[in-house]
Amino acid sequence: MYSQKVIEHFQKPHNLGKMKDPDGVGEVGNPVCGDLMKIYIKTAKGKKGEEIIKDIKFETLGCVAAIATSSMVTEMAKGKTFAEAQKIKFSDVEESLGSLPPVKKHCADLAVRALRAAIADYQKIE
Amino acid sequence: MFQKIYLDYAATTPVDPEVFEVMRPYFFEEFGNPSSIHQFGQKAQEGVVKARHQAADFLNCQVNELIFTSGATESNNSVIKSFGRNAELAKSLGGKPHLIVSQVEHECVLASSQVVEKEGLAEVTYLPVNREGLVEIEELEEAIKPNTVLVSMMYVNNEIGTIQPIAEIGKFLAELNKKRQQKIYFHSDVAQAINYLDCDTKKLGVDFLTLSAHKIYGPKGVGALFIREGSPFLRFIDGGEQEFKRRAGTHNAPGIIGLGAAINKVRSEKLKLKSLEGLRDKLIGGVSEKISYAFLNGSREQRVANNANFRFEGVEGEAVVMALDLEGIAISTGSACAARSLEPSHVLLALGLNALETHSSVRFSLGRYTNGQEIDRVLDVLPKIIERLRNISGNIKGDGLVERGKLPDDFGC
Repeated sequence: MYSQKVIEHFQKPHNLGKMKDPDGVGEVGNPVCGDLMKIYIKTAKGKKGEEIIKDIKFETLGCVAAIATSSMVTEMAKGKTFAEAQKIKFSDVEESLGSLPPVKKHCADLAVRALRAAIADYQKIE
Repeated sequence: MFQKIYLDYAATTPVDPEVFEVMRPYFFEEFGNPSSIHQFGQKAQEGVVKARHQAADFLNCQVNELIFTSGATESNNSVIKSFGRNAELAKSLGGKPHLIVSQVEHECVLASSQVVEKEGLAEVTYLPVNREGLVEIEELEEAIKPNTVLVSMMYVNNEIGTIQPIAEIGKFLAELNKKRQQKIYFHSDVAQAINYLDCDTKKLGVDFLTLSAHKIYGPKGVGALFIREGSPFLRFIDGGEQEFKRRAGTHNAPGIIGLGAAINKVRSEKLKLKSLEGLRDKLIGGVSEKISYAFLNGSREQRVANNANFRFEGVEGEAVVMALDLEGIAISTGSACAARSLEPSHVLLALGLNALETHSSVRFSLGRYTNGQEIDRVLDVLPKIIERLRNISGNIKGDGLVERGKLPDDFGC
């Protein structure tokens, strides 16, 4: 049912855990299927002075796809500028995982929304 | 490679090797169509007749009160739609017939009920259950109206294993019927009960009863429907004289014969029930000992011998099922994430669980071939899985989370 990459991220998630003193926190939930995702980011100024995501962590209460997509989105966003991170689409997450069953594609969307929520949270404070 | 452990017997069972041996000739030498008048047909027909006797014997009914179908789904559809669409019945009632089904019935009973409702042909009451998952007779009594014609309650719930008071309801309805103009007929889906409880149609007081072969170590694709003599029944499948003109279609001879052999074997297997219950209790005890915030869904006492449905706070059901699957252990979940429709289990919702709680639930259903070693392995592996998944979810509880937007249409949901 799931691709090899999805199973890998499920069994050994990347960037898992809480963050101490995060700069931004994005928490999203899907009441229909019950996945809850929380993404923490720490920001810094990059070489050219632009904002980058220095560190990123996640926590997810959800199915295999939810865990894998949130893990993957943190991997994709780490070290990127805000502009680059904002460009990440759910299809990018899905592609990086190989594939997702049609009924699980919304998990990739939720992961992207969690990331954007974290950035938005930081920018609000800014 | 891990030893594979199957704990999803409520979903389906393997065919018992002895049952298969009884079926085998009917695929090859005795392959005739039981309706054919030549030797080939007659030999096959003998097999079907014998199966019918075996089932009637088990259920304590007459052979002509039993028809074979393609399974419990067809049997349930037939009963509900037969009452819902009965124009003659509606005429004699001077209005729509009223059906009462419990909220924890199998999807096919609920769906059929909704269909006849939507067709404008019948009224339906979906009776709630209490937090234990049990129907209360007082609530049933309140729901009954002059135009009530059918009550349908499953004996053992497939998801949470709770046992409804079917015999009690049967007696209650029998008493009520003495004073009523319109008789209320009583149907019970006993597919999950046959292995474990007495399904004597007279003791239960049912007029209709559904069973399925693949839940009792028989083949898939065949089931039966008991129709008490004198009960109204509209043919669901037309076009042949089979099954006393009640259900057309060439007999699935090997399947029917398998059903007969399987149901015949249930009695002797019932002697092992105590030990199965012991294994189930060992699982429940072990889980409660080793895993915090683990709860049983549904009544502890009114529970069938093989079922343990748990919810584990802080984890999601599909993730638990997949993690166990990676260890070679098979169970199932009512979590929405595992359903193609992404909807949470209606049974768990009917218990009063909130959405998050339904998502955190999984079902273990033991069976004929389960042994102590398998339970030991589960108790070894499961706590670690729950811990790992709780680590991934942190303390995320979703308090105050608002994401109520409708899912976009292009996500394949």
